[in-house]
Amino acid sequence: MGRVRVRVIVDKGTSVFDGVYLSVARGAFRRYSTYRAATVAGTVTNTVFGMILASTMLALWRARPGLGGYDAAQAVTYIWISQGLLVTVAVWGGGFQDDLQARFRSGDIAVDLYRPVDFQGWWLATDLGRAGYQLLTRGALPMLAGAALFDLVLPGDPLVWAEFLLAVALAVVVSFGLRFLASITGFWLHDSDGVRAAMAVVSMFFSGMLLPLALFPGALGELARVLPFSAMVQLPADVLLQRRTGTALLGLYGFQLAWGAALLALGRAGQTLAVRRVVVQGG
Amino acid sequence: MAEPGRGTAARAGWAVRSWWLITGMWIRSTMAYRASFALSLAANTLITFLDFAVLLLMFAHTRQLAGWTLAETGFLYATSSVALGAANVLVGSVGGLGERVRSGSLDTMLIRPAPALAQLAAERFSLRRLGRLVQAFAVLGWSLTALDVHWSWDRVLMVPALLLCGTVIFCALFVGCSCVQFWWGEAAELQNAVTYGGATVLQYPPTVFAKELVAGTVFGVPLAFVNWLPALHVLGRTDPLGLPAAFRFASPLAAALCVLAAGLAWRAGLRAYRSTGS
Amino acid sequence: MAVIEVEDVRRSFTVRTKEGRWRRGKREVRAVDGLSFTVAEGECVGYIGPNGAGKSTTVKMLTGILVPSGGRLRVAGVDPAARRAELARRIGVVFGQRTTLWWDLPLRDSYELARRIYRIPDARYRANLDRCVELLDLAALLDTPVRQLSLGQRMRGDLAAALLHDPSVLYLDEPTIGLDTVSKAKVRAFLRETNRERRTTVLLTTHDLTDIEQLCGRVMVIDHGRLVLDGPLERLHEIGGSERTLVVDLAEAHPPIDLPGVRVARTEGPRQWLAFPARQSAAPIVAAVAERYPLVDLSVREPAIEDVISRIYAGDPAAVPAP
Repeated sequence: MGRVRVRVIVDKGTSVFDGVYLSVARGAFRRYSTYRAATVAGTVTNTVFGMILASTMLALWRARPGLGGYDAAQAVTYIWISQGLLVTVAVWGGGFQDDLQARFRSGDIAVDLYRPVDFQGWWLATDLGRAGYQLLTRGALPMLAGAALFDLVLPGDPLVWAEFLLAVALAVVVSFGLRFLASITGFWLHDSDGVRAAMAVVSMFFSGMLLPLALFPGALGELARVLPFSAMVQLPADVLLQRRTGTALLGLYGFQLAWGAALLALGRAGQTLAVRRVVVQGG
Repeated sequence: MAEPGRGTAARAGWAVRSWWLITGMWIRSTMAYRASFALSLAANTLITFLDFAVLLLMFAHTRQLAGWTLAETGFLYATSSVALGAANVLVGSVGGLGERVRSGSLDTMLIRPAPALAQLAAERFSLRRLGRLVQAFAVLGWSLTALDVHWSWDRVLMVPALLLCGTVIFCALFVGCSCVQFWWGEAAELQNAVTYGGATVLQYPPTVFAKELVAGTVFGVPLAFVNWLPALHVLGRTDPLGLPAAFRFASPLAAALCVLAAGLAWRAGLRAYRSTGS
Repeated sequence: MAVIEVEDVRRSFTVRTKEGRWRRGKREVRAVDGLSFTVAEGECVGYIGPNGAGKSTTVKMLTGILVPSGGRLRVAGVDPAARRAELARRIGVVFGQRTTLWWDLPLRDSYELARRIYRIPDARYRANLDRCVELLDLAALLDTPVRQLSLGQRMRGDLAAALLHDPSVLYLDEPTIGLDTVSKAKVRAFLRETNRERRTTVLLTTHDLTDIEQLCGRVMVIDHGRLVLDGPLERLHEIGGSERTLVVDLAEAHPPIDLPGVRVARTEGPRQWLAFPARQSAAPIVAAVAERYPLVDLSVREPAIEDVISRIYAGDPAAVPAP
């Protein structure tokens, strides 16, 4: 399943259709699969948070049935989907960012820029590999736990699941684009911790990770719906809950694609500036 | 030469002083990157406000959540956050234990004449953790004025007491859960599940959750003593579990037991580490 | 008086092994297996052996980090494992590949912290710091953030940090690894001075035999957790560390080169391995070869610890290092 997902992205990319990137992604997938204790611990954490948030949603929907166009079961399902996406899509940050940060600290980052493989493409490939592994573990396992503990409404049609997987893949690309931008500030700031922390805040809130965006009132809701963050959690959840089908689904993919492309292009521009800066400083 | 005393008090004093010395070094280290520091402090304060914004958004759609008002829920939110925030400032770094073991820096701590736990708790200290505390106190101030409570002296005294006990309980949970990493180095997130997960549970009224879960926080991981049980007294509410009233005043006892358990876990973990050298 | 006493010390680890995709097995590894030695006050002892021989396990037990599985240990009269915190004030440790200095702070701040953590009286702290600053040439570096120091400067800084509290025993783990020649010389000179003037007992772990040659009167060689040699440096030379190897590439294959004082250990097409006494300079040999043969390329190989050990086993001082 993970491998299929990687293919989908590779087809979309421009320079990424290359054996190197595919093996990089596979390598990342395999690397994460060796952190077995971390996977178990993380799955437990996601499940605990899923239980907490699902209980609060049930309390809210008991007071206001049908709030935001969701019934109680859908609201609870939304929470479990978002818990499954939290680490897969790296809403909180992390993944390749930790590796990149270690490269900054050690000074190896200057060397990385001169490698024959593309810097951004390399890290995108590792992040897709990571996401593939985490979807299978920290995405799927909490969902299964949620389904065992609560009444969830999940589609039986495999086509909807395929549509969901595509939306998740695009969500990872958007998330990568954002995180890449946050991380490369390290070229100018010495330490991108602060920017990463800020990004994590905004991502958590505006992605719909904490609360469905439908519950955001007025202008705040409008804002949340146009920002790229919604592509990370709210939109994939919409696909699985079948709130968007047919042409609306195409619009959803278009939104994700547009933000993904724009963010990658911005990251590319930042990378060019960074290279120039490293050249000026002499590494 | 001034040898540290042998008494428990002298040893505790030395541990606190070591913590303070090393923390001071980390604070000065972060000042080397001022811009990043300022941004992360701002972000950290903001992060926790967005956390509270979720609660506000929920109450924008309902006047009561499982029978509790916004001011009451805000009181739970604030007390839970103060306790967690203070514990995170004091000992939050122990969560990095597995990483310290892997990098070998735990060994370096073990050959310095300062308690290893104090050094570990101060490792990579960051002032930006104060952000959560600032926000939590702001929410607490607001909720205290918004609550419709008759403030008798016992209720007034209960508030600082529960903050203190809650902080101690969370400190013990941070330390105790980190000890798992002596055996299971990558399991840092389990600690998050208990501490951050626990704090999130306590931010909502106990009536939101299944009775089994609430009972688990009284008799299992003693989270309920952080704020749920004492808050029942402060807010004059009935206990969903129908426990005897004494439970509402048992937080100091629960805190002491937690510290004892965490201390034993730390000793056992360190002993295992030193005899296996994993 | 013996400062370090090690008596039949053992230390075994349980290692998890991977067997197939999911199954895991357990295996017991004896990292240190019946080790006994004593080190007298003021001695400087080289402690060498191949990777994984048990060197760092020994040092971890001597510092009290690791509890031995068996046997008896005393450092400065104290059982390290039982009284780790007390011992910490009386030992200094330097890891060549890991700094204990504060990365983002000026060097001076790390020393100030040491003063407080080790509770060094003011007068003694100042005297010790002045001495280290002078001998290690640190005056210009005291206000520089550690991250801006070169590897050699950092190592000098680390050495000073480990000595401010007047430890009676100093453990050094690869103190010259990765350093340039000038820094190596400074570090060695300082250690020699400290060992002589302060009577500080030094236990030195290294891969660089030159460190041992210049600092240590005695060498202990450990392999598979046991001492295979313990004696004066000369013993090591006798057994096999006495030869260096000059590898020369000629334009074409030649019969073995014939030079006085040089033994051809091996030939392989145009390449020849010339063994010569370690204390002799390579320069005249190179000059002689270049004069008489079509020399294309050359390199000099120092005796490697692994080779020395293999020769100890073989009991054959004339054995030649495998290329």
